[in-house]
Amino acid sequence: MAKTETADRSEVADLETRLSIYRMMQEGRLFEKRAHDLFLEGLVKGTSHLGLGQEAVAAGFAAALRPKDMVFCTYRGHVHTLLRGAPMGALMAELLGRANGICGGKGGSMHLTDVEHGAMGSYAIVGAHMPIAAGAAWAAQVRGTDQVAICFFGDGTTNIGAFHEAINLAVVWKLPVVFVCENNLYMEYTPIGEVTAVEHPAADRASAYGLEPILVDGNDPDAVHAAAVRAVGRARAGDGPSLVEAVTYRHGGHSRADPAKYRPEDEVKEWLARDPVPMYRERLAAEGADEDILGRIDREVAEAVDRATEEAKSGPFPDPDESLLTELWADGGSSWRN
Amino acid sequence: MAELSYREAVARAITQEMERDETVLFIGEDVAAAGGVFKTTEGLQDRFGPKRVRDTPISEQAVIGAAMGAAMNGLRPIAELMFSDFFAVCWDIVANQIAKTRYMTNGQVALPLVIRTANGGGVRFGAQHSQSVETWMMGIPGLKVVVPSTPEDMVGLFAAAVRDPDPVIVVEPKVLYSSKGEVSDGEIVDKLGTAKMVREGDDVTIVSLGAMVPKASEAAEQLAGDGVSAEVIDVRSLVPLDVGTITSSVEKTGHLVTVEENPRLCGWGAEIASIVADESFFSLDGPIVRVTTPHLPLPAADVLEDAAIPSVERIVEGARRAVA
Repeated sequence: MAKTETADRSEVADLETRLSIYRMMQEGRLFEKRAHDLFLEGLVKGTSHLGLGQEAVAAGFAAALRPKDMVFCTYRGHVHTLLRGAPMGALMAELLGRANGICGGKGGSMHLTDVEHGAMGSYAIVGAHMPIAAGAAWAAQVRGTDQVAICFFGDGTTNIGAFHEAINLAVVWKLPVVFVCENNLYMEYTPIGEVTAVEHPAADRASAYGLEPILVDGNDPDAVHAAAVRAVGRARAGDGPSLVEAVTYRHGGHSRADPAKYRPEDEVKEWLARDPVPMYRERLAAEGADEDILGRIDREVAEAVDRATEEAKSGPFPDPDESLLTELWADGGSSWRN
Repeated sequence: MAELSYREAVARAITQEMERDETVLFIGEDVAAAGGVFKTTEGLQDRFGPKRVRDTPISEQAVIGAAMGAAMNGLRPIAELMFSDFFAVCWDIVANQIAKTRYMTNGQVALPLVIRTANGGGVRFGAQHSQSVETWMMGIPGLKVVVPSTPEDMVGLFAAAVRDPDPVIVVEPKVLYSSKGEVSDGEIVDKLGTAKMVREGDDVTIVSLGAMVPKASEAAEQLAGDGVSAEVIDVRSLVPLDVGTITSSVEKTGHLVTVEENPRLCGWGAEIASIVADESFFSLDGPIVRVTTPHLPLPAADVLEDAAIPSVERIVEGARRAVA
C-alpha cells in the first residue's frame, strides 16, 4: 500500500523558489478563472477542461525543470502549458480561436503546444501522450542531451493500455521520463475508485514495473516540488523513470458542460477548504514571506491576466484564405496530389 | 547492378539510410537480434549496434508512440509494425497523433519518421494477418503512403521516405518478399509522389499497386496476345498521388482499369476513378472498371484466398469489359 510522502524540512525549497511556485499557482488560478469567464461571455467556443484546484501539481513540477526539458500534458493542459513559459496572451488567444493564438487557432483549448518553451503538447486522447513522452525521452537518451520528459496524466488514464505500454517500455529502456498522475478522484464523472482495481490508481501499480510507489499530496506544492526534484534528478542522472501520483481535486466539473452534481457536498467542501492557492499563501506568510511581496505577486498576476485577455480579445480571427490549407506538411501546404 | 530479393532490399534500404545519417534509428518487435519475422532486417543490429537497432516489447502503441516522440526530439526513427493489420492496435497514435500534430500545432512540430509494415495476402495467414490496409492510411490527412513493388523501388522509395520531413508509411507487400529484381549499385534515392510507367500501351490504362503490379503486367501480356494494347502504371505512392501520370495515360487510351488488393469499398481505385471521372471525363470511351478483392476479410485456405485476391484472369476480364 502506498503511503503519502511529504517534503522533509531539508527538501523544502528556498523562499525565492517557493515564491515563484506561488506566483505560478496564482497565474494558473487567475488564467483559468478568466478562461471560465470568457466561456460564459461566449468568447470561447467548443469545450474546455479547467485546472482550477490542481495548480500545485503543475507549479511544483514546473519549478523543478530546466528550459530544455519537455512537458507533455492532457486536454486539461492550460496551466501546464502556461507554467512552462508559453506567453499568456497567445495562450488566451488560442482559446478564443484567434490568429495570434499559440497555434494560430488550429489547436484550441485541448491542443495547446509551444515547442519553443518545451510545452510539447496537450493531448486529447487519454493516454496517447505517455508513449510519445517516452519516445522524446528516448531521443534525449540517445542524443545525450540531458533533457527530461515530464508526462502529466489523469487518474482515468491508468486504466488505458497506453499507460501500461509506455511505463513498461520506459523502465526497460531506462528512459529519462517522469510520469505524473494527477489523481483528482474522478475519471470524468465516475469516481476513479469505482472503476479501478486498486485504491491508488498509479502508486499501487508502480511495483508492477519495478518502480517505487510515490504518493504525494497534490495540494501541497512543497511536497510536490520535493517529489519532482527527486524524480527529475533521478531521470537526469540516468537512473530511469519514475511514476508519481499526486492526489488533488478539481474545483469544477470535468469540462465546460459538467456541473459536477455527482460529487458529495461534504467532499467538495472539504477539498475547497484545502484550496492550494490560499493555503500556500498562508503558509508562506507564516514562514516569513513578506505580505507586500505576496500582495505584489497577486497584483502583477491579475494585471498580466487582464493584459492577456485584451491581447486575445483584440486579436484578429484567422483568415481561412491564408491559413486553413497550411501546415499539414513540412512544405507548409496540404496538397495530397503531385 | 545486382539481383536482390525484395527481402534483401529492405535491409539494403535501411542500411543505406542508417549509414548516411546517425539520427536514423530502427525499432520494432523481433527486428534486432532475431532479424525480423520475415528476415528482412537480418544483420542490422550487428552492423549498427543495439543502441540504433533495438527490439521492443509487443506494445504497438509504445513502439509507434516512441517513434513519434523521438521524431519530436531530433531523431529520424524507423519503426516496424510487424503486420499491417496491427495498425488497428495503435491507430490512435497513427491517426490522431502522428497525422494531426503538425497541423494542430500550426507547424511547430515536425515528424520525420517512417513506419514500415508487411501488408496484404497471398501467404495463407488468414484474415488477421493478411489485410491490405493501405487505404486506411490514405484516408487520414497528414500521412504519406508508399507501396514499393520491386526491390529497386523498395530501396529508392524507402530512402525518400526516411529523408522526408513528414511521416511516411512504407507498405511492403509480404507476398513479394521472396521476389527478385535488379537493383542499381550505389546510393538509390527515389521521389515520393511519382507513379511509374511499367508498360506502354494504347488501348487501356491498367493502374495497379504493390503485389498487383506483376499481375497487371502479366495480364497486359495476355491482352497483347489478343490484340489489346494495355498500358500498366504502378501507382507506388498513394499520398502524394501522381495524378498527372494517370490522367495523361487515360487521355491517351480512353479506358481505365484499377487493380486493387484491398476490399471493394473505398479502395484507392475509387479515388482514382473519381479523379479521372472529374478531370478526364471527356477522354473516356467506356466505363471505369475496378478489379478488387470482394468486400470480405481474407480467408486462409489457398483456394479461397486465391479466389478472393484479383487474379491475372480477372484483370484480363476487367480490361476486356473496359474496352468492349
